[in-house]
Amino acid sequence: MTKLRPDGEATLRTDPLAPGADVSSGRLRRAPESFLTPEEIRQVGQGRRAFLRASFLTAAAATVAVGTRGRAAAASTAVSVGDPDILNPTPWGSSLGQPVAASPYGQPSKHERGLARRQSPGLTQVAAASVSFAPLQGLFGIITPSGLHFERHHQGWQDIDPTRHRFMIDGARPEFVKTPKVYTMDDILRLPSVSRMHFIECGANTGMEWGNVAVPTVQYTHGMLSCSEFTGVPLRTLLEDCGADLKAATYVLAEGGDGSSMTRTIPIELVLSGEVLVAYGQNGEMLRPENGYPLRLIVPGVQGVSWVKWLRRVEVGDRPYATKDEAVHYIDLMPDGQHRQYSSIQECKSVITTPSGGQTLVDKGYFTISGLAWSGRGKVKRVDVSVDGGVNWVEATLQTPVLSKCLTRFILPWNWDGKPALLQSRATDETGFVQPGYGQLRAARGSRSIYHNNAIQTWQVAENGDVSNVQIL
Amino acid sequence: MSRFCKAALLGSTLGVLLGLGLGGTALADNFPGVGRPATPAEVKAWDIDVGPDFTGLPSGSGSVSRGMDIWEAKCSACHGTFGESNSVFNPLIGGTTAEDVKSGHVATLKRTDFPARTTVMKVATVSTLYDYIRRAMPWNAPKSLSDDDVYAVLAYMLNLAEIVPDDFVLTDATIRDVQARMPNRDGMTTAHALWPGPGLPNPAAKPDTANAACMTNCKPSVQRTSHLPDHALGAHGNLAAQNRIFGPVRGQRTGPDEAATDKPNPALTLAEASGCLSCHAVDTRVVGPSYSEIAARYRGSDSADALMSKVKAGGEGVWGAVTMPPQPDLKDDQVKTLVAWILAGAPTK
Ligand code: HEC
Ligand code: HEC
Repeated sequence: MTKLRPDGEATLRTDPLAPGADVSSGRLRRAPESFLTPEEIRQVGQGRRAFLRASFLTAAAATVAVGTRGRAAAASTAVSVGDPDILNPTPWGSSLGQPVAASPYGQPSKHERGLARRQSPGLTQVAAASVSFAPLQGLFGIITPSGLHFERHHQGWQDIDPTRHRFMIDGARPEFVKTPKVYTMDDILRLPSVSRMHFIECGANTGMEWGNVAVPTVQYTHGMLSCSEFTGVPLRTLLEDCGADLKAATYVLAEGGDGSSMTRTIPIELVLSGEVLVAYGQNGEMLRPENGYPLRLIVPGVQGVSWVKWLRRVEVGDRPYATKDEAVHYIDLMPDGQHRQYSSIQECKSVITTPSGGQTLVDKGYFTISGLAWSGRGKVKRVDVSVDGGVNWVEATLQTPVLSKCLTRFILPWNWDGKPALLQSRATDETGFVQPGYGQLRAARGSRSIYHNNAIQTWQVAENGDVSNVQIL
Repeated sequence: MSRFCKAALLGSTLGVLLGLGLGGTALADNFPGVGRPATPAEVKAWDIDVGPDFTGLPSGSGSVSRGMDIWEAKCSACHGTFGESNSVFNPLIGGTTAEDVKSGHVATLKRTDFPARTTVMKVATVSTLYDYIRRAMPWNAPKSLSDDDVYAVLAYMLNLAEIVPDDFVLTDATIRDVQARMPNRDGMTTAHALWPGPGLPNPAAKPDTANAACMTNCKPSVQRTSHLPDHALGAHGNLAAQNRIFGPVRGQRTGPDEAATDKPNPALTLAEASGCLSCHAVDTRVVGPSYSEIAARYRGSDSADALMSKVKAGGEGVWGAVTMPPQPDLKDDQVKTLVAWILAGAPTK
């Protein structure tokens, strides 16, 4: 039997949230080499099975003997007759639990409090014009819990009184809309609705990494990404209700009702496709205030800034609007000094979330590599995973559902042999577009763009199980 | 459904279709009873966008010199006297030259050794600035400027950027001449494939990267170009506390444990929840004075009550021209807690 980890400490972290607690989670950890007596080592030489039987009997004595390694040995539950969490009554199994509605709006377990939205220090100067990132490193499946949805506000968030919120449709010129109309939230909720699952990604997601590695974990590299089921009314339905001239119109402007009154131009083609929604629902409840309560625009496949929050107005027009966030920001600087304007689609992209930067693998042996893939042009067709930095690839399994302009979860079984590895994922969408490497992306756009970085992410696994953020061309 | 119900439903639908509800307005009404025509005054109140062709631009005017007064009273606290400050946001002014005004391309944007990118270096359309200032600035009191104020303050910004002379008066007519002098007016391109519609000029037919899904022996060697420097590992706090405490992985310990007893001061939590921290920090000036400055100023004086009313009512003039917004939703005991905490130096624990 070999020592499983170069440094036993690394896997035996105490709960960082509750110091002193043991978080080895009942793994039956075999005693490290250093605990073994010469006699035991001889037995190992004679065969694993015999040793295991014997060690079961002697482990208790070893525990006493190790002294300085006492913490490690205490966590080693392969002692005497079995796991104390099985053999002894647990507090939760031997007491009365809490009553119903103790927490009228349910909260996650207190043990999950590490997984929270977080800011990246130094990214912005003030918190009301800033970003908080979703903890992708701990999420499962494809839906982002509403309380963990990433935030990006330009002028703080508001909790608008829904009974006073109004939504207006008008035209840049009278001929574009026969009857400019006002809708209350009562009106909007009376209309036929659809519910659809879509990802939303900020155009600046992964923006800190254009030039070089800058941040440690997937929360900060890719966490301006979330996915929800949204419920609302197709914008097309509302435009038709106002008698909009959908032949003459070529663009619409969406405008928010908050202090920033965010404005963004949307091409009419997306509206006509029925995909653009005036939404109020998110994951079965109303939108969260941070996400635009009570009304926001859903523009599937397009960067988050166009999903105007606290939506108060849509104007029908015939040319793009060059608003502040499409003429000063969300423009991509190219090496020749020109900016790409109205760059909006989030191209095909993927990232491995487990294991990912800043994490340590608990052990050698079996793991499931798991991650997210998405495309602003439709469905993800396949995801390939490499563990050698992109020399060889294996096709991953896509978990269902696989939906258009929605996150797709991929998984791949992996036996980690304890050697260094370079993990990458590469997504292909239904248009045949393959996610680029950093070399390809920089060859096309340089490294000063800030926006629309969809390069292949690499996580380096070191021999001690530590995973870190690196870039590979 | 009973015959009676059907008849009742039909009757009510007919009622609306016959225009009983809407006084004969020619509505394309697919959903009777839902929504109503907007009044002209309502449309005027909300339809404030100004396009790059200047549709929507209100008539009005403002001089550079009046703009300077507005700038100093309402903008410079956050953006700096010359629009150069980066303490609240990126600098607005700087990085452009007379040569750029001639060429329509900002030359410094080509330089990799010039990381700063000010607003005036990037923006191609002067309408954008008019539209944005009118809808969103000053940041803490959006939509408080008159149309003429916006002309004036924009004239002053254009003067700071050396696009217009000191005696310039910006009006709905002269703004068109300014467009022809915007330093980066020809700096935008739509030659890309990232617009989800056919409408823009010169769109690229194809995406600009073309990776192939090679599966084996895809490259001779692996070139690692960048990794996170060790000193940056802890810059985002203790990663062990940002991961689940069980499962296939743990977060790496990159900082001290948050000890369970180290609960943040409840007043700090309240300040955070009440939005105070978007404008105040403990030791540095953000939009408002730092809490340690406030504590120092009022140390030893009996000022708690006055400060409580100030927090509730908002106001300006003590620290500068920037206004603190009123906080009508805060309860008295909450304001009391916050002020006592600030006067105690705003301890975090
Ligand atoms: C309380 C601080 C504050 C004050 C006062 C203020 N601003 Fe701003 N300003 C900001 C912030 C923060 C942003 C960035 C908002 C965002 O992220 O969308 C900004 C953005 C801007 C921009 C857009 C810059 C860009 O590159 O996006 C302009 C132009 C501007 N301000 C002009 C003004 C003018 C003119 C005034 C005075 C009438 C003013 N500001 C007053 C904080 C302030
Ligand atoms: C939008 C920005 C903003 C927010 C939000 C804000 N403040 Fe202020 N605050 C200011 C500014 C600006 C001043 C300086 C006012 C002046 O010069 O009189 C100030 C001043 C103060 C002062 C000193 C007043 C004086 O007369 O010396 C106190 C105390 C204070 N703020 C507390 C708070 C508290 C508590 C909150 C949260 C409930 C809060 N502030 C929220 C901007 C803000």
